[in-house]
Amino acid sequence: MIRELHEKLEKEEVTKEELFEEAKTLAEKYQEEFNSFVTILDEAKSKRRADSILKGIPYALKDNISTSGILTTASSNILKDYVPVYDATVYQKLKKSGAVLLGKTTLDELAMGGTGTTANTGVVRNPWNREHLIGGSSAGSASAVALGIVPFAIGSDTGDSIRKPASFGGVVGFKPTYGRISRYGLFAFASSLDHVGVFARSVEDVAIVTDIIKGEDSKDMTSLEDDGKVYAEEIKKDTTGKKLFYIKEICDIEEYPNKTEKLEKTLKEFQDLLEKCREQGFVVEEVSFDKKLLEAIYPTYMTISCAEATSNNANLTGIQFGPRGNGENIEEMMFQARTEGFSELIKRRFVLGSYILQKENQEKLYLNACRIRRLIVEKMNELLKEYDGMILPASGGGAPKFSESSEQVSDSHYILENHMVIGNFGGFPSITIPYCFDEEKMPVGVNITGRVMEDDVVLNIAYKIETLTGLKGIKAGEENV
Amino acid sequence: MYKAVIGLEVHCELETKSKNFSASPNEFTETPNINVSTVDLGLPGILPIPNKEAVRKALKTAMALHCTNPDEVLFDRKNYFYPDLPKGYQITQVTKPMGRNGYLDIMVNGHKKRVFIHQLHLEEDTASLEHFSNYSLIDYNRSGIPLIEIVTEPCIESADEAVAFLEDLRDVFLFLGVSEAKSNYGQMRCDVNISLMKDTDTELGTKVEMKNINAFTSVRDAIEYEIKRQTELLEKGEKVVQETRRIAEDGKTYAMREKVDAVDYKYFVEPNIPPVPLTKEYYEELRSSIPELKLERYEKYINQYGLSEYDAGVLSSKKDISDYFEEVLSYGSDISLTVNFVTSAILSTIKKLEISIHELFITPKMLSGVIEKVKNKDISLDHGKKILYQAIEKETDPNELISKQNLHQINDKEQLLTLICEVMDENEEQVRQYVEEGNTYVYNFFIGKVMQKSNRQANPNMSLEIIKEELERRKNNG
Repeated sequence: MIRELHEKLEKEEVTKEELFEEAKTLAEKYQEEFNSFVTILDEAKSKRRADSILKGIPYALKDNISTSGILTTASSNILKDYVPVYDATVYQKLKKSGAVLLGKTTLDELAMGGTGTTANTGVVRNPWNREHLIGGSSAGSASAVALGIVPFAIGSDTGDSIRKPASFGGVVGFKPTYGRISRYGLFAFASSLDHVGVFARSVEDVAIVTDIIKGEDSKDMTSLEDDGKVYAEEIKKDTTGKKLFYIKEICDIEEYPNKTEKLEKTLKEFQDLLEKCREQGFVVEEVSFDKKLLEAIYPTYMTISCAEATSNNANLTGIQFGPRGNGENIEEMMFQARTEGFSELIKRRFVLGSYILQKENQEKLYLNACRIRRLIVEKMNELLKEYDGMILPASGGGAPKFSESSEQVSDSHYILENHMVIGNFGGFPSITIPYCFDEEKMPVGVNITGRVMEDDVVLNIAYKIETLTGLKGIKAGEENV
Repeated sequence: MYKAVIGLEVHCELETKSKNFSASPNEFTETPNINVSTVDLGLPGILPIPNKEAVRKALKTAMALHCTNPDEVLFDRKNYFYPDLPKGYQITQVTKPMGRNGYLDIMVNGHKKRVFIHQLHLEEDTASLEHFSNYSLIDYNRSGIPLIEIVTEPCIESADEAVAFLEDLRDVFLFLGVSEAKSNYGQMRCDVNISLMKDTDTELGTKVEMKNINAFTSVRDAIEYEIKRQTELLEKGEKVVQETRRIAEDGKTYAMREKVDAVDYKYFVEPNIPPVPLTKEYYEELRSSIPELKLERYEKYINQYGLSEYDAGVLSSKKDISDYFEEVLSYGSDISLTVNFVTSAILSTIKKLEISIHELFITPKMLSGVIEKVKNKDISLDHGKKILYQAIEKETDPNELISKQNLHQINDKEQLLTLICEVMDENEEQVRQYVEEGNTYVYNFFIGKVMQKSNRQANPNMSLEIIKEELERRKNNG
């Protein structure tokens, strides 16, 4: 945990170089097996004069965050040799804090995907069982923290790209309010949904890191003025009387005609957790949410994210940077670079996005999706007038096996597997913490989503619930490896 | 007979310190790729930050062109692949342009015409490409420079009208101070859409588009050539092809590409720039910052000040000269004397010295002092101008020079008579010519002598009268 490491460093029981070497050794040891990293750095570089709790602490950055002079590939062939010339704001802030970058982590190509299986450098495996996937797109960041290589890692979250792999990896994953952390330097996937966020093994650590990287950025017009709060302190507040709701249409086992044992166990454990919450003074109530809207979440997300993604990635032509395509003229060169640089899945998304934005389809597809997004956010805001937060299982169970996985999520779990996108639609602060293991001994997370701007409240609630799960600080043990 | 229907799309780079969405300098330079930042290169992870000054100047121009302004600033993305567009999209405006449904009144060959503006929007310029035989070079200096695009309705009917519109529009930019609008730097460029129709036709003819014409003379050539070419085609019973043509140096236009389908730019609202509301107070302040434009001044000079069309034209053509003229008047100076001084002494001096009127040593206040003295007949007009030239040369207030050199005009009749009598006594032969032969040519001779003797201080009109009277008196007295 960060606080303990900090004290050890302060007392000079350990040096930052030793911490770095230790992390690097672990990273290299696990690399072949789990493929968490795209780049592992050779030496610890950090600011000597920094004075923060993160000084000397090693961490990892998702490989779609711009790091000057350090390869940043977004796990895509089209950027496989791309070395940025500027630092993302989040990286700059961490540098300034004295934290020590260990390496850049693997992601689903260009952060599009939720499996951790589509990186150009191969699949990322789940530290709790290597036959299982870890989820994505921030797969490497989740697995690096789950393996205990680093105490925290930075990821990005457009659909649930931090919170889903956090759930599958048995770690804490937090995506704050849209604009709380600057996106400057985060390779854009879908700008209106993209967030920078944090993985760690405790809510307190997530709060500590968020305190360092949050704040207004003159380079990101969507960034928020700093709220002046210290989350690491706010989390300790009393939570008695805090009101939470969960959605009947998602949590009632009777809603699932093809229920599995795995799902039953997950939902049962969830109700047990809610009971513990009530015992601790939370008010937890069931609410109904229009099922049509819930079913619309995933297609709405795909429509908006593909549309924005096709535009955001139009800079990847091999003209300014990246591998140059061959051809008789510039159009052919761009065509060839893009044909070879992207995997089929990515091209599929671009074609979809392009189709969605076409003049004749815009109204029906893109603009309707924007309207549905607004309806969902309005409904959510209405509920959050009464409640401090929404609590739901992050998934119907632990991570699936590679053999079970596909881009398509099975119909029966459709809503349960995709509800965390609500957090991106409305920019709500949203956190996933581990709460149980499924029958395959794979961890499952619970998600708490709160009001916009109230990151402190969401962290505060999660900090309390973390004490009720008995799973604080879990790490994928050696026996699993 | 066919009638031309012309619509113009005018691009003008705005004058700002930095680019439209980045902090790189917005300045013209010959050295490629020096005014470039990560944002202008479209590197992964960059975000746009709109330039307040560019927004303000675009809104101001729209307002001056009588457009309706939006309730908030909102940008859209225009998506297409081209190597001069590093992000793969251009940030522009479709949903809520800076202005809609405006107009500009222009003067065409002495007649006033109203040209309707469809819309005005703010966008970013592209990089510039230079093509060689087997390679091309990209200069990103221009990438991201703030650009306004003004789209007219198809209401222009001739090359004269098109060029007059462009000239007057350029003057709008200059009067507003939003752009230097130098077409030789490509700061102002124009696309021309032109079709022909018969007076009796109800539908527009097939449109031909000509893109990126810099010089106004080329716009004229292109339109005149197209009218001729399309007329010939139609008269032969052939069809005009819908296409993009380019204007060549020979003044002719050549087909570039046929327009099969319009490109779908897949516009959508730019997600990285949240809408910024524009308040009533903002607009009020903006409105108050808009000066009177050229045509308003021209008409004011004629209708209120009684100037000739020629003088009104000269004095309203440039904002700094017009401002100077109006400032002199603001001190209560006589209008016709002010016109006289500004259009002659002042303009000829700045032209000779190749300076702007701001750099001229003579301030409007100084000039108004000189004009007042001329008006009060303290000095002659002729002297007033001479003094101005001396003042410019010596960089001294002309009013000081007048006092110092004691150049006040002699208006005292007794004093003048004494002077004139002295002159006549010294020149008996000329007196004789008048007395005996009635030769009136001697008037000028004596005026000259009087002026010489008085060190040019004698009031010439009064002197002439006295000379006449004195000569007559001497004749009668024998």
